[in-house]
Amino acid sequence: MKRLFQCVALSATLLLAGFPATAQTPPNVLIVGQIAEPKSLDPHAVTATNDFRILVNLYDGLVRFKDGTLEIEPALAENWEISEDGKTYTFSLRQGVTFHDGSEFNAAAVKFNFDRMLREDHPFHDTGPFPLAFNFSTIDAVEVVDDYTVVFKLSEPFAPFLSNLAYPTGLIVSPTAVEEHGKDFGRNPSGTGPFKFAEWQSNQLVAAERNEAYWDGAPTLEAVVFRPIADANTRVAEMMAGGIDVMVEVPPDNLAAFRGDPNLQVHEQAGPHVWFAILNTSEGPFADKRVRQAANLAINKEVLVNNVLQGTATVAAGPIPPAFNWVESQVEPYPYDPERAKQLLTEAGEANPKVTFYVTEGGSGMLNPVTMGTAIQADLQAVGFDVAIESYEWNTFLGKVNEGLKGKADMAEMAWMTNDPDTVPYLTLRTEASPDNGGFNSGYYSNPEVDDLLAKARKATDQAERGMLYAKVQEIVHEDAPWLFVANWVQNAVTTANVQNFKLQPSFLLHLKDVTK
Amino acid sequence: MTAYILKRLISLIPVLFGLSIVVFLVMAMIPGDPATAILGSYATPENVERINRDLGLDKPLIEQYFVWIGNVLQGDLGRSFALNRPVIDEVLERFQATLILAGVSLVLCSIVGLLAGVVSAVRQYGWVDRTITFAVLAGISMPSFWLGLILILLFAVEWRLLPASGMYAIYGGGDLRDLLLHLILPAATLSVVAAGIIARLTRAAMLEVLRQDYIRTARAKGVPERRVIWRHTFRAALVSVIPVIGVQAGFVLGGAVYIETVFQWPGVGAMLVKAISTRDILLVQGGVLVVAASYVLFNLAADVLQTMLDPRIRT
Repeated sequence: MKRLFQCVALSATLLLAGFPATAQTPPNVLIVGQIAEPKSLDPHAVTATNDFRILVNLYDGLVRFKDGTLEIEPALAENWEISEDGKTYTFSLRQGVTFHDGSEFNAAAVKFNFDRMLREDHPFHDTGPFPLAFNFSTIDAVEVVDDYTVVFKLSEPFAPFLSNLAYPTGLIVSPTAVEEHGKDFGRNPSGTGPFKFAEWQSNQLVAAERNEAYWDGAPTLEAVVFRPIADANTRVAEMMAGGIDVMVEVPPDNLAAFRGDPNLQVHEQAGPHVWFAILNTSEGPFADKRVRQAANLAINKEVLVNNVLQGTATVAAGPIPPAFNWVESQVEPYPYDPERAKQLLTEAGEANPKVTFYVTEGGSGMLNPVTMGTAIQADLQAVGFDVAIESYEWNTFLGKVNEGLKGKADMAEMAWMTNDPDTVPYLTLRTEASPDNGGFNSGYYSNPEVDDLLAKARKATDQAERGMLYAKVQEIVHEDAPWLFVANWVQNAVTTANVQNFKLQPSFLLHLKDVTK
Repeated sequence: MTAYILKRLISLIPVLFGLSIVVFLVMAMIPGDPATAILGSYATPENVERINRDLGLDKPLIEQYFVWIGNVLQGDLGRSFALNRPVIDEVLERFQATLILAGVSLVLCSIVGLLAGVVSAVRQYGWVDRTITFAVLAGISMPSFWLGLILILLFAVEWRLLPASGMYAIYGGGDLRDLLLHLILPAATLSVVAAGIIARLTRAAMLEVLRQDYIRTARAKGVPERRVIWRHTFRAALVSVIPVIGVQAGFVLGGAVYIETVFQWPGVGAMLVKAISTRDILLVQGGVLVVAASYVLFNLAADVLQTMLDPRIRT
């Protein structure tokens, strides 16, 4: 027996000593710790930011967001013209670009991409479903004029069209690869991007290597590897152990420790995200505007963003995130003023309103929903509210909230990430967007003036004009307080010190082309 | 014996069949659906309906089940909504990983548990026994996901001896040594509780046998103590411990759900967690199917082993 033990101990020592296992990432290959395995590498089939981070490195769109902004610049399209009535977009395409599979990028390829998503009679429509195709629902037809000119005909003027094209749902896939792989295209992707897909090992890694022929200059990195590490604690441990070079979505509690580490760099970037609580404006205490304002005044948002979220968010003022810097809004967040809140409640004759608050246990963009929910509950109770929390798992939660709060609850947590200031108010604050009509206005907010401004802003193609219209929306909605305005997330990432030129984008996308290591 | 094994294998079929109905009903009953999971905050009734139509989920539940079971009988487990790939590919790939982890853990916890139990019983109330009993209690009481994180922090972050997560190194790995290095922490974590339970039972069983008359007789005859312990006592005690090890197989497979998540082990457990949260019903079915089948098979193996060890059961 003793001999067996010695034998085992000896071989274990040899195993460990002979082959040191200390995690060292290979030179010139960037290992990115992701929060989950991608669902698919077909950009039209996915909805998660996590998947987008990979996709923007494999594909290009006709247009893209300019570095560090949410403004549009040319990508696969060299330039474009918009007709007077805002309904026809003519794109001149970049010539000599090829997909990773060797096939040519041209107008027919562009048409194939949008027809596949939008037309149920397209032979490859069954390679979907395409959940975000409604971003392009205003497209009537895509026409090929010549090899390098393509025309989009819209059914109505639609200002967010270009920024929707810059979003990952607008990335261009290789028709040849779709034809070859059919439903399995999502596992055999081919685009025109700076990196080309190399392999996907289920739940272990997605690897992509440098595209030497990239039209915008080949990357320096030889390859990038995306590793899904679902557990946040494990992700932090991998970062500390040196198993990954980049970690996205660092939990707030770990950020402080990373900040003090000279071997690591912390990156932060505000983005178009808003975290709020929908208030049920149709019935109960929140039908009264004064009670809604009282709730907004009662919440200590500074404490929420600085203590609960450890500075990974800023205080929100209204429905439009400050990341859209071309929307020049002067609106300041509701101050923390419990006395004024109590006063408003008294005025409204609702000194102790009873409310039910839906809280989720986690979910995309929801930050730290349980702790935030209980902190909000405590602040509301302090001014006289009587808050009952009901918490649900994310999918269940979405089901309950999206069908409307009527008859069930007075408030519900929610968060959105977008690419255009139109999206969130258009889907969640219009009278028309009530859940019965298939919208997300679960609190039944209705203000004809806002409806009108949103309709106008959608049709205006001039950015300055749109900026003014959205600023007005911000102001009115802030005053009407159909939500508790809470936080705008500041996304973060940590890299090792030897990773250079790493930059987070306000679009929440992760472009790795210029990164070196 | 062969007839017995065959009979047990055939009885597996109704078990799996019944299980598939339960899984189907439970997945249908819990709120939320795949379309909502895919769409996230974009889940309008209109979008949900469109996705459901594309996925063939707009048909009545009964019809969906029969379509599915009909396909299964022809060897087609369907396509995962969330991963957009055939369920069979995903499940087999994942199951391999789980089998490696669960198999190694099961062997590990059996060896450690049995040894600890025997030593503990032989040195009853001595300091070795007390130490082992304490360690066993600590092992059983420790939440395994917490233990896993502590082990990662110590071995991967602090001492940099072992990799923190995953099954193979990203670069230059892929061989057996690489696999073993990645396996040490998760397998150790997964074995702790089961090893504790096995140790306790082995100790009790050993003490019980040691009190038997035939042991006293053996000792009186002058049989060497080592032989008394291993040949006469351990073998007899093993008969009552083996079925427990079979049950532990279920525990190890179940525990793999946490451990695989903590260590990012690409197994069925982690897959099931994700499949349930995305309401990926066909993937859940596929995963439950293989886990249930392997549980039954592990138990069958334990029973067969017991029969071989105990001449009284042999027929």
